[in-house]
Amino acid sequence: MASLQLMPSPVPNPEIKYTKIFINNEWQDSVSGKVFPVYNPATGEQICEVQEADKADVDKAVQAARLAFSLGSVWRRMDASERGRLLSKLADLVERDSVYLATIESLDSGKPFLPTLFVDLQGTIKTLRYFAGYADKIHGTSIPMDGEYLTFTRYEPIGVCGQIIPWNFPLMMTAWKLGPALACGNTVVLKPAEQTPLTCLYIAALIKEAGFPPGVINILPGFGPTAGAAIASHMGIDKVAFTGSTEVGKLIQEAAGKSNLKRVTLELGGKNPNIIFADADLDLAVEQAHQGVFFNAGQCCTAGSRIYVEEPIYDEFVRRSVERAKRRIVGSPFDPTTEQGPQISCEQQNRVLEFIQSGISEGAKLECGGKALGLKGFFIEPTVFSNVRDDMRIAREEIFGPVQQIMKFKTIEEVIERANNSDYGLVAAVFTNDINKAMTISTAMQAGTVWINCFNALSTQCPFGGYKMSGNGRELGENGLKEYSEVKTITMKMVAKNS
Amino acid sequence: MLRTVLSRVSTRLSRLSVCHYSAAAIPAPNTQPDVQYNKLFINNQWKDAISGKTFPTINPATGEVICQVAEADEADVEVAVKAARNAFALGSPWRRMDASHRGLLLNRLADAIERDSAYLAELETLDNGKPYAISYAVDLPTVVKCLRYYGGWADKWEGKTIPIDGDYFCYTRHEPIGVCGQIIPWNFPLLMLAWKLGPALATGNTVVLKTAEQTPLTALYVASLIKEVGFPEGVVNILSGMGPTAGAAIARHMDVDKVAFTGSTEVGHLIQQASGSSNLKKVTLELGGKSPNIILSDANMEDAVEQSHFALFFNQGQCCCAGSRTYVQADIYDEFVERSAERAKRRVVGDPFDLKTEQGPQVDQEQFNKILGYISSGKREGAKLMCGGGVAADRGYFIQPTVFGDVQDNMVIAREEIFGPVMQILKFKTLEEVVTRANDTKYGLAAAVFTKDIDKANYVSNALRAGTVWINCYDVFGAQAPFGGYKASGNGRELGEYGLDNYTEVKTVTIKVPQKNS
Repeated sequence: MASLQLMPSPVPNPEIKYTKIFINNEWQDSVSGKVFPVYNPATGEQICEVQEADKADVDKAVQAARLAFSLGSVWRRMDASERGRLLSKLADLVERDSVYLATIESLDSGKPFLPTLFVDLQGTIKTLRYFAGYADKIHGTSIPMDGEYLTFTRYEPIGVCGQIIPWNFPLMMTAWKLGPALACGNTVVLKPAEQTPLTCLYIAALIKEAGFPPGVINILPGFGPTAGAAIASHMGIDKVAFTGSTEVGKLIQEAAGKSNLKRVTLELGGKNPNIIFADADLDLAVEQAHQGVFFNAGQCCTAGSRIYVEEPIYDEFVRRSVERAKRRIVGSPFDPTTEQGPQISCEQQNRVLEFIQSGISEGAKLECGGKALGLKGFFIEPTVFSNVRDDMRIAREEIFGPVQQIMKFKTIEEVIERANNSDYGLVAAVFTNDINKAMTISTAMQAGTVWINCFNALSTQCPFGGYKMSGNGRELGENGLKEYSEVKTITMKMVAKNS
Repeated sequence: MLRTVLSRVSTRLSRLSVCHYSAAAIPAPNTQPDVQYNKLFINNQWKDAISGKTFPTINPATGEVICQVAEADEADVEVAVKAARNAFALGSPWRRMDASHRGLLLNRLADAIERDSAYLAELETLDNGKPYAISYAVDLPTVVKCLRYYGGWADKWEGKTIPIDGDYFCYTRHEPIGVCGQIIPWNFPLLMLAWKLGPALATGNTVVLKTAEQTPLTALYVASLIKEVGFPEGVVNILSGMGPTAGAAIARHMDVDKVAFTGSTEVGHLIQQASGSSNLKKVTLELGGKSPNIILSDANMEDAVEQSHFALFFNQGQCCCAGSRTYVQADIYDEFVERSAERAKRRVVGDPFDLKTEQGPQVDQEQFNKILGYISSGKREGAKLMCGGGVAADRGYFIQPTVFGDVQDNMVIAREEIFGPVMQILKFKTLEEVVTRANDTKYGLAAAVFTKDIDKANYVSNALRAGTVWINCYDVFGAQAPFGGYKASGNGRELGEYGLDNYTEVKTVTIKVPQKNS
């Protein structure tokens, strides 16, 4: 405990510097004059008000982004390596201000401060640096085409990219979106979630400080049905990238189809299976399964929310998981001993509590937790259900809260079928010491990421995304760049081709 | 890119002479920079040579000794290789390091070099003789960009997973080769250091690097920065020494896994033979050239003359890719020769620390003598001396910018690499003829063609057997673009993604699985 005194502390009474709309490197009020409140989910109190972007503001932003993208503009004429330098500088600035950013992120989202500093901030910085390094390494090819031709491909930026990000990892999601888009030379209109606009707006100030030309990145705080929908259906936006619920993902795809067939990438929900075999290292599996579902108060698209445990170790696994859940420290995000902060909002908290009720009424066994915690803020007790059947709502639908479902299985063929029996397909995990089981499960899972003897092992080098209704396309890694490029084939008549 | 930076520099230079208070980007240099490091750098420590021997490094502008430097021999190479081998052991800090962290260290090294670039440029100019304006505005920024480029590759160099026949899961790993010997030349000391360290360290190798004996100083200062930014000990070891002793010891060492050499074709042969007679270490070579620069009659004359001048005379003519055979189409030949001679006469030769200087001294006495010998042979064999042809100053190794017209393909000056400020201009009639003549050489490093015609540009660039072909430009380099030689100009490519291949061993891993599914 003494070592906690050596840990960095949050900024006391942090000033909220930026609450306006960021277009063309300038701070602007909303066209309508409307503002909206931003809350501290640990207390339920209002932090401040922020300018609310709507369709008129989106139009302005798109115009700015389109101008910044025009042929001959500073951004289009810039060396790719220089785009990389700007991203690198942005990463350095985020690193410089990381304690402040972690403080605001905790305040706005309820995430515990120290994990935010060590995980979210580091992830943000590393992602920006990774894509900074890629900017001048996006290669087309020269092609041995039939006929008297010289042919090659150029990987060009798509153009103006709309990006809509969620509230569960505000800073990291900003980096995941800006990194590849800017490395490839696009311009951006980005809408942060209405619950968590503050760190994104601070990043806007750093974007200007780093030296990005005006109009390259525009940040519009606002709501989904207004600003978000305006982006998805805008005729002047060439691509939309959305991370959020599957429900809204479907709306985005529809809007793209109805408007200008803009390219769509989606990172949506999950109901991710975590398969524990009897030969697994039990301590490791219990802890990883615990963190896998409870991390970020359960508010992860990757939450391992269906834990399939092989029959021989089932009872012991449940016992240890319950004991671990009871030990999970729920408290103020700024208390350095806190493991779990509040849910993001009253609405989310109610939704989770409603799922818990359905679990009870559908006959799952409530092993611990189950109730809201405290009088202020949106806290929920770490909750564990055992004897969960696959057809229960808590086993089929994404809860997005601190609720763990543990199921029993007998054979490997059975668990593969049950794990894949979902409209989702984001991640999966398997815990086993047997190489054959590991290879079989990892090949069989219909999931974009499979973890073997680990969970939530994410890194900016690795492509991430969903099968089925968990999404379209991949983020991060080299694959992430493909989604932000248009390939142009150039074929030139040659006088006499030679190999 | 070199060319663009250079034209910015020459604009600055001409502005400087007119307007004293203009915001010159090039700071006034300290003409007597301190030498802070002159020992061997092994295991992040400074050591004397085991033999105690030192050798002098000379300032080529004056012929005077700058200082003594520790001289590595076989015994020191042995110690360095052991250090590099230890640093490469399974479980070592370097082997356990995240690839992204290797990249971060390379980026930090770039930042530190950028921070100290004024000093490094002074030291480079003192030791090599290249004009300070160029060291500062061209060499240093290019070094920084190269290291940043490879810093970015470290965690992006991916193997594949492969749909092999049978019930197997198959993938490749891109692993470092191991201990890499690197031997670099004197013409771009810092830049050659960056070209070698960048890809080797990005991919996770450890290095024993020998600098050229003419120019040991800047690499030793960079060694101190390597330690400062946090590379683990033994990852980079830098030895000053001679080719026949330290260089040969590296090339034949039984525990060096790979050798990369940049230098003359003559020594390149020796390196390859040494590999064959020792442990078959992997070999990459960047050697000499006699690069053809082809000017068609529809080229923009003014542009072609200036670029061709730059192509030959840059860096005192001491470039492996110098455009040292300028082929000019018959109908513009006379005018081209006249204009080229006029431009060469205007070339400012002088003290490298003077910001107005375009051309400094040759790097040493040996080169100086060799170049004067080639000039004599040109005169003897009947080439027409248009300007220059002699020594340019009383002390130091300065040679007048020299232009020969009416050069024939069979003359020595048209066949052999001169590596000095001596331009050969040859006449041709047809495209087919010039392509044949251009390719008629044992070398194949670079080439260029100047024309507005799209078909001619494509035809010539496809037909030339050279590793780099420039169209309407010359000496354009980028860290992103591979560079290397056909034929006796070398093996392998440096820079770009291709540059990583030379520092990688590919391991295929095949795992039996109970049942393969696609």
